[in-house]
Amino acid sequence: MHLAWLIPILPLAAFLVIIFFGQNLKERSPYVGIAAIAGSFLVSCYAAVTWLAGHGKTGDFICNWAPYGSDMIRVGFSVDALTIMMLFVVTVVSMMVQIFSVGYMHGDKRFPRFFAYLSLFTCAMLSLVIANTLLLMYVSWELVGLTSYLLIGFWFEKPEAMRAAKKAFLVTRVGDVGFFLGLLLLYANVGSLELSKIFEHHTLIAMAAKEVSIPAIGAIAAIILGIFSYGFAAAALKGAKRLPIAIIAGVAVFAIVFALMHSLSVSLSIAAIAALLLFWGAMGKSAQFPLHVWLPDAMEGPTPVSALIHAATMVAAGVYLVARMYPVFHIDQRALMVVAAIGAFTALFAATMGLVMNDIKKVLAYSTISQLGYMMMALGVGGYTAGMFHLMTHAYFKANLFLGSGSVIHGTGTQDMRQMGGLRKKMPWTFLTFAIGTLALAGFPGFAGFFSKDEILLTAYHWEYGKIIFYAGLAGAFMTAFYMTRLVAMTFLGKPRDPSIHAHESWKVMLIPLFILAFLSIAAGYIGIPGHSIFGHYINPEVIGIEGMVEHHFSLVVMLLGTLAGIVGIGIASLIWIWPVLKFDWLKPSFGWVQTIVENKYYMDEINDIVVIKPLMFVNNAMYAFDRWVIDYAIVNGVGWFTLILSRFWSVFDKYVVDGLVNLVAETSKIGGRVLKFTQTGIVQQYAAITVICVILLSWYFLILR
Amino acid sequence: MSSWILTLITFIPLAGALLLMFIPKERPNTIKWFAIVVSFVPLVLSVIMWLNYKTGAAQFPHGIQFEVNLPWISQLGVNYRMGVDGVSVPMIFLTTLLVPICLIYSLIIETRPKEYFWLFLVLETGMLGTFSALDFFLFYVFWELTLVPMYFLIGIWGGPRREYAAIKFFLYTLVGSVAMLLAILALYFATPAPHTFDMMAMAKAGMDGRFTTLGASLVFWALFLGFAVKVPVWPFHTWLPDAHVEAPTAGSVILAGVLLKMGTYGFLRIILPIMPESSQRFWMPLAILALISIIYGALVAMAQKDLKKLIAYSSVNHMGYTMLGIAAAVAPGVLLNDRATALNGAQMQMFAHGIITGALFLLVGVVYERAHTRDLDSFGGLGARVPVFAGLFTLACFASLGLPGMAGFIGEFFVFRGAFPASILITALATIGIVVTAAYLLWTVQRVLLGPLNPKYEKMPDIDVREKLCVAPLIFFMLLFGIWPKLLLDILNTASLAIGAMFK
Amino acid sequence: MVPLSWYITVSAALFSLGLFGMMTRRNAIALLMSIELMLNAANINLVAFSSYLRGPALTGQIFALFVITLAAAEAAVGIAIVINVYRAVRHINADDVNLMKW
Repeated sequence: MHLAWLIPILPLAAFLVIIFFGQNLKERSPYVGIAAIAGSFLVSCYAAVTWLAGHGKTGDFICNWAPYGSDMIRVGFSVDALTIMMLFVVTVVSMMVQIFSVGYMHGDKRFPRFFAYLSLFTCAMLSLVIANTLLLMYVSWELVGLTSYLLIGFWFEKPEAMRAAKKAFLVTRVGDVGFFLGLLLLYANVGSLELSKIFEHHTLIAMAAKEVSIPAIGAIAAIILGIFSYGFAAAALKGAKRLPIAIIAGVAVFAIVFALMHSLSVSLSIAAIAALLLFWGAMGKSAQFPLHVWLPDAMEGPTPVSALIHAATMVAAGVYLVARMYPVFHIDQRALMVVAAIGAFTALFAATMGLVMNDIKKVLAYSTISQLGYMMMALGVGGYTAGMFHLMTHAYFKANLFLGSGSVIHGTGTQDMRQMGGLRKKMPWTFLTFAIGTLALAGFPGFAGFFSKDEILLTAYHWEYGKIIFYAGLAGAFMTAFYMTRLVAMTFLGKPRDPSIHAHESWKVMLIPLFILAFLSIAAGYIGIPGHSIFGHYINPEVIGIEGMVEHHFSLVVMLLGTLAGIVGIGIASLIWIWPVLKFDWLKPSFGWVQTIVENKYYMDEINDIVVIKPLMFVNNAMYAFDRWVIDYAIVNGVGWFTLILSRFWSVFDKYVVDGLVNLVAETSKIGGRVLKFTQTGIVQQYAAITVICVILLSWYFLILR
Repeated sequence: MSSWILTLITFIPLAGALLLMFIPKERPNTIKWFAIVVSFVPLVLSVIMWLNYKTGAAQFPHGIQFEVNLPWISQLGVNYRMGVDGVSVPMIFLTTLLVPICLIYSLIIETRPKEYFWLFLVLETGMLGTFSALDFFLFYVFWELTLVPMYFLIGIWGGPRREYAAIKFFLYTLVGSVAMLLAILALYFATPAPHTFDMMAMAKAGMDGRFTTLGASLVFWALFLGFAVKVPVWPFHTWLPDAHVEAPTAGSVILAGVLLKMGTYGFLRIILPIMPESSQRFWMPLAILALISIIYGALVAMAQKDLKKLIAYSSVNHMGYTMLGIAAAVAPGVLLNDRATALNGAQMQMFAHGIITGALFLLVGVVYERAHTRDLDSFGGLGARVPVFAGLFTLACFASLGLPGMAGFIGEFFVFRGAFPASILITALATIGIVVTAAYLLWTVQRVLLGPLNPKYEKMPDIDVREKLCVAPLIFFMLLFGIWPKLLLDILNTASLAIGAMFK
Repeated sequence: MVPLSWYITVSAALFSLGLFGMMTRRNAIALLMSIELMLNAANINLVAFSSYLRGPALTGQIFALFVITLAAAEAAVGIAIVINVYRAVRHINADDVNLMKW
């Protein structure tokens, strides 16, 4: 089974072909990309078949990559059940998105380049999922980030797009540092980055046994919370006394937290630290709180990009990373508790913002963050199978929803839901597929999301550390159903609100992917029916060597509660927006301030600006001033000036004393020369006469006197 | 042939420079193309040398190949000793690669082309000699030889403040050189009689523990000063932005691409082998200076408005990674493999920085030729107008910020991997540099290429064939060594193992 | 056999002629010719002493050959200079060629 390397190479080849020959291919460029991804899909099928035939045993493709010392870093690809699942998700969604883009991007001046970038993204994503070393995963991880940057900023003439692209890359880069450090920590402790070596049982045990205490964690937490509170207050308050109050708030929070926690010290095992560092990376990519801020902005990219990268595949890479490294997380439960907590918090936190957004893509973006939190939460409570199952179903129905929203945007020319309404009649097919996606996301019985969400709730229900995660899951399910109903009602139902918009149904090339994804939004659920789960048969903790995890049996209570949460959400939202029995405005007098906070996205961007960017710029400029005035001007040039002054003094000394002596010698010679020159007449005969006279005198002296 | 190849590589540019003097200055094109053709000869020879270099495990002195050893001034124990190991072969290749590129780029030089090309060829001999000399006296001669042509290149063909920058560059480096000269003499008299300037003999004496006294520490810091100015390590870096801003494009490329590497090369070739005890004793100060260079360079780069100055400060940042690798490689109590990893990273970073920053400076030159400004705030939206340039510039920036798949990442990865066992804290702090580097480079890309097009540049022509020809090989090697680092690391690792094995 | 003193006498006479010419003439060609006379006087001495005092060894003769060569070279250079001087100042009076004098 050495064909696996073809899977990422085909899209790479497509990328190269389009980037170099795009000018000649023009409208034909998508065919190259789609053919390549179809090829990858077929090779993935072949890989799956061989894998099944080999009963889970396949050869690895591995090669020497870089020597260090007496050892060698190896990179390679290998195929297992998790990989195959991801391969199908990535290739299918990527193929649908590329087909959809043929219509959506039609007429764009950089049309070929769009497909080149999509192919490059697919290449990176595929190599991320089949990599068998952490290093190659990191490499692909970064390349995925690069293509995300390029695609968000695809319409880089728009200032928002370029800023969003930069923000996305930088925020995920902050996460990547965590990934990188976790990778180094594992490397230092295992001596290799190959996954099979890391997952060796004795290695994991050794890492779990080594405890490291982290000092001053309480103080650090107090400082962070204090700064954060300051930022929040400074962003949320208005008026002249804004800053003093903010400072007081920051100091107060710091003091309280410090008083409570200053003696707290945490001791963690190496395994847990490594896992948490990796999770820090996953939080960046999968937009978990507080690194979620880039994802809503990333909606500035073309909608197919949002569907592929920021809904179905790349953002799921963080979840995939946690799943892939699950043995490391699982060996120390404390790491998983953190994952569960952050996942659950993100799920709720993002869902609240989804409730109030008016931009169709922003709602979907917050929904994505929330669902990613859901997956993290599932992994955190031990639901390895559930989390992965939800990843897969979510990829299909969220891609479906995003492409549907793309179809709407394409048809109406706006993203603001307040201008839409009544599109059901003008875009019937889009409405149909969108409704299927919505029901799947809301967890309506019979749709894919229902099965996966149910499984997550089941695991959360049986979590050994309490029921809180389960309740958070229920609340999340409720809110999801609520805002999705609101979305559909505002967009498709009712009457058209803006008469200037003349919506039209999209072309077939855009509808076909919608149908396929809508079909998958239903069908994907049926491979994971409780009790007869094919999915769970191949993807479960025992396959990756984790023993002793209890398999939870189907529970009717959990299922009913989950379904109820969804249906109640749909119902209440319907009563507000479809049959206006209730009014959202009733809440305003008492909870208006909550709405303000939520509508401002909890001021996260402003806090970021106040707490990170402004101080950073200040430090930069201060450093530069220091460099320029202190190091360069005062010290380096100061030495220069000091030398100059010294040289002035010595030049005076030199001129009159040292040079005076020299000139004295010169003057003496000059006078001597002036006198002696008279002997030099230039008349040869005189010289000859002198010679003769001297010879005669010498002869006289030597021959006669002696 | 095989033992004389180094001499040929080193002196062919000088011979070319001598012949160049016979071409009348009224025929500038003949002069330019003659110089370019001459500069390709060492390139071919250095490739041949690389291909014939035998890699594999080696103790320090035996890694030397293509060696020549003839008495030169035997009364003083000075020899004409040239030879290469895994550290110098890639550096020689880098030099011989960058010089033809610079000369081709310099085809547009109008003022006094004869002197310009003559100086460039002399400069090449100086650089190549520095990388191949194994006698300290010879090394010093070549080291100083590089200073003079660079001084004139900045001082004659530079920007508005060229005299200031040239003098600063010259004097600053000279201060370091003088300190180094004193150290050389001290080492000379410390070798067993008859005294010798032979580096291998000095290294042997060093391994025998002859340089361990207080005097040895002084010698160490004197050598450090000599090389640190060149690297440049914080706080000896302020000549660099001035020199870069004022130097002509090709001068900046050589300055960043090769001259800075001479500093770190000095650490690898001289300080580590000759003074292992002192290096180990002072590894922490070295690592801290490297850390400051990394973070400080990145932060200050972010504050820049001048594109060239920004890249100059990014050089401080990137050379900091090299220094971190070197410092970590000599930390006490680290495994040999970790030392070798750190050294691999340092060397890889040297090579990668050479080609990446070279490409960046070329591209800045390209945009400066067209816009006649380097002020970051005056650009904007060039990406739509000059797509090929935009693609290359973005690629080079991403390479510089250490994106995997490009050579810069390999260097950074190995440095961090090697530094991690030495000090987790320093490594973790240095990763701040990664984020800030990404921030300022993306911000640069944004300010130059993205956003709405500045109407001033509506008619800006895209990068032309000559410029593409200059940048293309650099981009090629960036990607080649980024995707398949083994090609380069095989040879680097030979040297790293040999040097690493000297430390306990 | 002619005694050695005869040769020396001839040689001394020749030398004196040359010396007298050099002291009295102002024409540069004449000066050169006078120098030639003195050189040849020395040649006669060399050959004579060699054959009378050193026997079969031909040291003096060889030395004389060198002197002749040198004289030829000197004449060539000298006449070249003289011609150039003549071109420049239209005469060859040695006393009046004083352009480079202080």
